[in-house]
Amino acid sequence: MNARVAGFPIYTLVMAGVALIVFIGIPLTTNSFQTFQFANVAAFVIAIVGLNILTGYSGQISLGNGAFMAVGGYTTALLAAKWPLPFIGFVPYGYTIPLAGLVAALLGFLIGIPALRLRGIYLALATFALALAVTPVLNNYDGFTGGHAGVFMKSATPPFGLDLSNDQWLYFMCWAIAAILYVPAFLMLRSRTGRAWMAIRDSETAAVSSGISLAYYKTLAFGISAFYAGIAGSLFVINNAYVDPDSYSLALSLTLLIGLVIGGLANVWGPILGGLLVVWLPYFAEKSAGFRLGPISLGGKPDIEFGIVLILIVFFAPNGLTGLIGRGIRWYRSKRDAGRGAAPLPAPAVLEEATQGGEPSEIIG
Amino acid sequence: MIAPVALLSVRDLTVRFGGIVALDGVSFDVEKGVTLGLIGPNGAGKTTLFNAITRIYRPQSGDILFDGESLLRSQRHDIIRRGIARTFQNLELFRRMTVLDNVLVGRHTEISRSRWYFLPAALGLPSVRRAERMARERALEILEDVGIADLAHRPVAGLPFGTLKAVELARGLASDPRLLLLDEPAGGLNHEEVADLVGLIKHIQKRYDLTLLIVEHHMNLVMKVSDQVVVLDFGKKIAEGSPREVQEDKRVIAAYLGTAEEDGAA
Ligand SMILES: Nc1ncnc2c1ncn2[C@@H]1O[C@H](COP(=O)(O)OP(=O)(O)OP(=O)(O)O)[C@@H](O)[C@H]1O
Ligand SMILES: [Mg+2]
Repeated sequence: MNARVAGFPIYTLVMAGVALIVFIGIPLTTNSFQTFQFANVAAFVIAIVGLNILTGYSGQISLGNGAFMAVGGYTTALLAAKWPLPFIGFVPYGYTIPLAGLVAALLGFLIGIPALRLRGIYLALATFALALAVTPVLNNYDGFTGGHAGVFMKSATPPFGLDLSNDQWLYFMCWAIAAILYVPAFLMLRSRTGRAWMAIRDSETAAVSSGISLAYYKTLAFGISAFYAGIAGSLFVINNAYVDPDSYSLALSLTLLIGLVIGGLANVWGPILGGLLVVWLPYFAEKSAGFRLGPISLGGKPDIEFGIVLILIVFFAPNGLTGLIGRGIRWYRSKRDAGRGAAPLPAPAVLEEATQGGEPSEIIG
Repeated sequence: MIAPVALLSVRDLTVRFGGIVALDGVSFDVEKGVTLGLIGPNGAGKTTLFNAITRIYRPQSGDILFDGESLLRSQRHDIIRRGIARTFQNLELFRRMTVLDNVLVGRHTEISRSRWYFLPAALGLPSVRRAERMARERALEILEDVGIADLAHRPVAGLPFGTLKAVELARGLASDPRLLLLDEPAGGLNHEEVADLVGLIKHIQKRYDLTLLIVEHHMNLVMKVSDQVVVLDFGKKIAEGSPREVQEDKRVIAAYLGTAEEDGAA
């Protein structure tokens, strides 16, 4: 099948068309709660894209990206509903979104500087401490943040007289922003910048000798990662029209990491699957209350189900769902090509391990 | 009249690790276009010298001049911009990246010098697309030169050892260096591969107009490719001269026999 339309293979166009129909169909066919959930998926996708840059590509493990989400979320809530600016008054929520990204990026950049001295488990622990600190800090400065009581916002309504429900509008807005942010991340990762991050991840020694400044690229990864997290946090608050310190508990940071790993580290499509999973798995887990497997009752306990999925993934698909799908596609292609009498791909197992990471190879030690 | 300066000038260089003196007052010059073989028994300080030149180790005393200017004032990641690239004794490849991407990382500083490259890159601006395309073409040419262009899109992990050595060489060439440091390029290669490597080194030296510093235990290779040989033993330079002169030097022979005996006794 080599037919092309306007330079694109037909297959690609058909897939893009199906994706578009599904995308527009979701808010028109699901109920308002489900539409709202799908809007949250978009926010998580953005946050996980950011974490992917930091942890998946630049190799710096962060358990603290929830803190950057908190900064973004509170930037939006405080500007839009708590602290009117002189002359301007409350900032319309739409304008707070890029501001949320920038404020979080600044914090991320600053956090990145001391993080330069830390690697691996120590960096994980330091960012873990950051995630732990969020809720208490927000509660402590309650004069500024509103403390336990949180901040209520007016719910976002569709602009320009669009004939959409609030949830449908949130859905389209969040996904539009996710799409707008996905493309630059993708382009950046394919460029010199992305290669520098991956180089640092794979060998700092060789990266430095190739002219890559560790300090610059590591802090840049922190800053950009936090920018994405900040925007995600902002959208999260806009969706809920409310924020309080408990929205940004440690669990949120862990959820991001789980979503990233399940979706597939350092994979361009991983964040989409990860985002879908972290929003919908808990929902279905609650729904399945009462479900029993022999003597074991699984239902209604999202944490258990999360745990089970995570363990299955780590054991059977160490490269996440995208790695699993990639393996499936290669298997299908090799079958098909073998059927046609073409030479099979060389050692698909090796390819799989190599492209997706997986275990350290013995060759390079 | 200005006297011609050596491209690389190592002056009275001393590197210590605690009690170990890895390099002990080593001096030598390398003229432009020369291939210098650096030999010596295990632990003589050869890799340490490379690490000092590339600023991974800080010497306790002495200086290293490149083009008449000290390298000790440059940061590690600026060494490549001065025109010095290297390979590693124990491969240091980016194993989760493709062969082509590994070489492109070697070209990092040539693609752009801008701190803000990530912004036009994120927007996919034409200037970035052009820079990336040109870099890719150049990288493919280099892969062609070292004979592995057909593997460009293969991930590095899983490739045979000899190929990995070629990838490192290509990455080293990618920055258009003037001085290339090769740490045991023949290490781990079989007979045939070593024979090919001799031809390859001579070929790239000419084609890329390189000055080469080669650390190698494979004497046959060193004698075939070097114009000049420096011999280290326990951190001291014990001989320097043409391959033939060095081969006949009594102290060199003693140094190698000495370690052979130690190895035998151990
Ligand atoms: N980072 C380090 N810390 C402590 N000692 C070191 C370090 N690097 C090198 N040395 C010591 O310095 C001495 C010289 O080591 P070097 O690696 O330069 O030897 P070499 O000539 O490259 O040997 P080989 O032929 O085995 O590669 C050795 O005694 C080594 O143990
Ligand atoms: Mg060595």
